[in-house]
Amino acid sequence: MNLSELQEGQIATVVRVAGKGSFRRRLLEMGFLRGTEVYVEKYAPLKDPIELILKGYHVSLRVDEAAWVQVENVRLGAT
Amino acid sequence: MAPHSITVALAGNPNSGKSTIFNNLTGTRQKVGNWPGVTVEKKEGHLSTNGYELTIVDLPGTYSLTAYSIEEIVARDFILDEKPDVVVDIIDASNLERNLYLATQLRELDTKVIYVLNMADVARQRGVKIDGEKLSELLDVPVVFTVGNKNEGTDQLLKAIIAVAETDIELPRTRRVYYGKDIEKTIGELSTFIKDKMGKRLPHSVRWIAVKLLEKDKIVQARTLQAASPEGEAILCEAEQKRETLRQFFDEEPEIVMTDHRYGFIAGIVKEALKTVSGRRIDISRQVDQILTNRLLGLPIFVFFIWAMFQITFSLGTYPMGWIDSGVGWLGGAIGGRLPQGLLHDLIVDGIIAGVGSVIIFLPNILILFFCIALFEDTGYMARAAFLMDKVMHLIGLHGKSFIPLLMGFGCNAPAIMATRTLESEKDRILTILINPLMSCSARLPVYILLAGTFFGVKAGNAIFSIYALGIVLAILVGRLFRSTVLRGKVAPFVMELPPYRAPMFKGLLIHMWDRSKIFLKKMGGVILIGSVVVWFLSAFPQDIEYSRDYESEIAAVHAKYETPILQLQGNSGEALMRQRDKAISAVEAQKAREKVEKSYMGYLGKALAPIFAPIGMDWRGSVAVISGFVAKEIVVSTMGVLYAVGADGTERNEALKGALKKSGMTALSAYAMMAFVLIYVPCLATVAVIKRETNSWKWTFFSIGYSTVLAWVVAFLIYQGGKVIGLA
Repeated sequence: MNLSELQEGQIATVVRVAGKGSFRRRLLEMGFLRGTEVYVEKYAPLKDPIELILKGYHVSLRVDEAAWVQVENVRLGAT
Repeated sequence: MAPHSITVALAGNPNSGKSTIFNNLTGTRQKVGNWPGVTVEKKEGHLSTNGYELTIVDLPGTYSLTAYSIEEIVARDFILDEKPDVVVDIIDASNLERNLYLATQLRELDTKVIYVLNMADVARQRGVKIDGEKLSELLDVPVVFTVGNKNEGTDQLLKAIIAVAETDIELPRTRRVYYGKDIEKTIGELSTFIKDKMGKRLPHSVRWIAVKLLEKDKIVQARTLQAASPEGEAILCEAEQKRETLRQFFDEEPEIVMTDHRYGFIAGIVKEALKTVSGRRIDISRQVDQILTNRLLGLPIFVFFIWAMFQITFSLGTYPMGWIDSGVGWLGGAIGGRLPQGLLHDLIVDGIIAGVGSVIIFLPNILILFFCIALFEDTGYMARAAFLMDKVMHLIGLHGKSFIPLLMGFGCNAPAIMATRTLESEKDRILTILINPLMSCSARLPVYILLAGTFFGVKAGNAIFSIYALGIVLAILVGRLFRSTVLRGKVAPFVMELPPYRAPMFKGLLIHMWDRSKIFLKKMGGVILIGSVVVWFLSAFPQDIEYSRDYESEIAAVHAKYETPILQLQGNSGEALMRQRDKAISAVEAQKAREKVEKSYMGYLGKALAPIFAPIGMDWRGSVAVISGFVAKEIVVSTMGVLYAVGADGTERNEALKGALKKSGMTALSAYAMMAFVLIYVPCLATVAVIKRETNSWKWTFFSIGYSTVLAWVVAFLIYQGGKVIGLA
C-alpha cells in the first residue's frame, strides 16, 4: 500500500520510499525512513496536496508524490 | 588594541526562527543583497561588542547540505570557502529530530559550531523538555538556549560565539555519526587513498571528502578533480568502485543508507536528551489550522484575507498617495518657479520630477503590500496559502507559492515580482516573473476605462473584465508553453513544511517590509530617472520646431477679441465671457502642444513605427501613446490627451478626449485591439528594472520584453483582423 491511499486520520508505518534521484533523497532527509510513523492530518480543500505529521512536524506532499511512499500497518490513530 | 573581527555564519532549517535571531543580533544594521551569480537573497549584518567586530552572515535556510538546491550549495560553499570563524546552527527545539539532521551535517564539515536551541518554551508547551547539557555532552558542541521572539538568550549567544571563536583547540573528532562497520571501513580506505594522492592539497577534511564522494556529490567530485589534478581521475575512479561495492552489498544507494545512519544516530541522541513531560498537551496551532485550511472554510477564508490585503493596500494607500502627489506637484512648482524658463527648467520639472514622481507615488502601496506579505510569511500563513492553491497552480506547472506573487500583480507588477523571492525553485521563480506582467496591474486600468468608456458604452464593464480574463488565459497558455520549452524541467516537488503558526514580531515585520521597499527605492531610482529623462528628451526635442501656424499671435488675437466685451460686461456674464476666452486660448495651446509632439523625435518615432501598428488598427498617435506608456502605463492616457489636442482640465478634459477619439476614426474593434495591446506589451520601466534585478540576468529581461511585445502584436492583430473578417468593424 502507499501513502496516497490513506484516509484522513489514519496512521501508517513507512516501509520504503520508491523512485530515484533527488526527490527520493529529499523525502528521506525530511524523515520518511523505514519504521517512521506517518499520520494523515488532512487533505487540502481541492483534495491535493496532503498534510502529514511525522517526527512531530507537519509537512505537505502532492498526492502523486505521496504515492512513492510505501507504507504498512495502516490503522486509525492519533498523534 | 584593534578590535578582533569575527565572522559568524547563521545556519538552520527554514522556519527555525533564524531570521528572528538574526534581527535580534544585528538590529537594523543589515545589508540585503544577492549571493553572487544566483537569485538567492543574502543578508549580512554587523555589530561590535566587548571589543569585537562581528560580521553575521545569514545563510539560506536549508534542511540539509546535500547540494541539491541552490540554497544548500550557497550555504555549504560559504562554510567551506569563506571559512567563517563560527557557524551558529539555529535548531527549532520543538522539532528537534529533523533539525538535528542539518546539525550533524554541519559537524561533519569540521568547523566550529554552536547549537542554538530556539523556542524551547514552545517545545515545553508541547510537552517536550530538552536537556541542554546532555545534548552538549553527546555532541561535543556548545549549546545555547534562546527564545527568539522574546529576545531571550541573545547575550549568552554572543558570549558563546566569542568564546568559541577565541579557542584554538583542535576540534574534537569523536561524537560524530557512525555509519556502521562496512561503510566506516570504506570511508577509512578511501580517506587514506585520497590523502596519499593529494597530500597537503586537501581543501577540506578528508573524511568529509570521502563521505561526499561515496554519496556521489557532483560538486565535491568536480572540486576534487580540480584540486587533485592530475590525480583527480584516479580518486574519482577509486571512489566510484567503492561506491559500487557498497551498492551491491546493501542493494541500495550508499547515500540512502548513510541518511538512515544519520537519523539512527540522531534517534540515539534524542532518546537521551529529550524528555516527554507528562501533562496536558495543547497544540493551539493545530487547532487554528483545522479552521484555516478546513475543507469548507479554508478557501473562503483565504479569499477573504487576499481581499482584505488589497482593500488595505489600495484604500489606505490612497491617502499617502494623495500627499505624495501634491508633494511632487508642489516640488515641481517650487523648483520650476525658481528656475528660469528654458531647457534646464523643462528637464527638471517635466522630465525628472514628473517622471520619478509618477513612480514614487506607488511607494505607499508597495509598503503596505509588503507589510501584508511579511505578515503572511512571519505568521506561517504563506505556507497554508500555497497548500490551498497548489492544485490550481499545478495546472500551469507552478508551485502553490506562485499564487500570491501572481495575485499581487493585479495591484502592481513591480512588488509582485519582488515577492517571488519566496519561491525556492529558480525555474518557478523565472516563470512566475515572466507571466506576472500578464496580470493586469492597476496602472493599466485608466487606459481601459478611457477606451472602453468611449467605445463600449454600457458594456464597458464587460469589455474591461474580458481584458483581465484575457490576461489570465494568456498567462496559463504562456506558462504551459514556457514550461515545456525554455523552462523545461520537472515541477518542483511539494515537500513543504507547514510550520506552526506564530505571533509575528512587529520589529521583524517592519524590517522585512523596509528591506524590500528600500530595494525598490534605491534600484528603481536610477533606472527610472534615466528612463524619464530619455522619454522627456524624445518628446521635447528638437526644440526649434517650425510651427505651421503662428500660435502666439492667434492667442493674442483671442485676447484682443475678448478684451473690450469683458470690460463692458460685469458680474456673472463677464465671468462667463472670461471662461469662454480661457477655453478658446487653451484650445489654441492644445493645438500647439499637439503639433509640438507631432514634430518631436517621439512623433517621428511614432510615425516611423506606424506601418507596424497599422495592421492592429492603431495610427501614429496610438503608437506614440503606447511608446510613452513604457515609463508607466497610465501615461498612455495623458499622451493621448496631448495628441488629440484636448485642452480643458479634469472631467471636462476626459469628455473632450472621448469625443476626439470617436471622431479620430477609431472603432470599437480597434479600441479593443489597443486595450489588448496595452495589457500585454512591454512591462513598464519600473517592472523591467525589477525583472532585471530579480532574475539577475539581461537575457531574461530582454526575453520578457521581447516575448510580451511580440505576443501583444499577435493578439492585437488577431483581434483586429479577425474582427474585420467576421464583420465587426
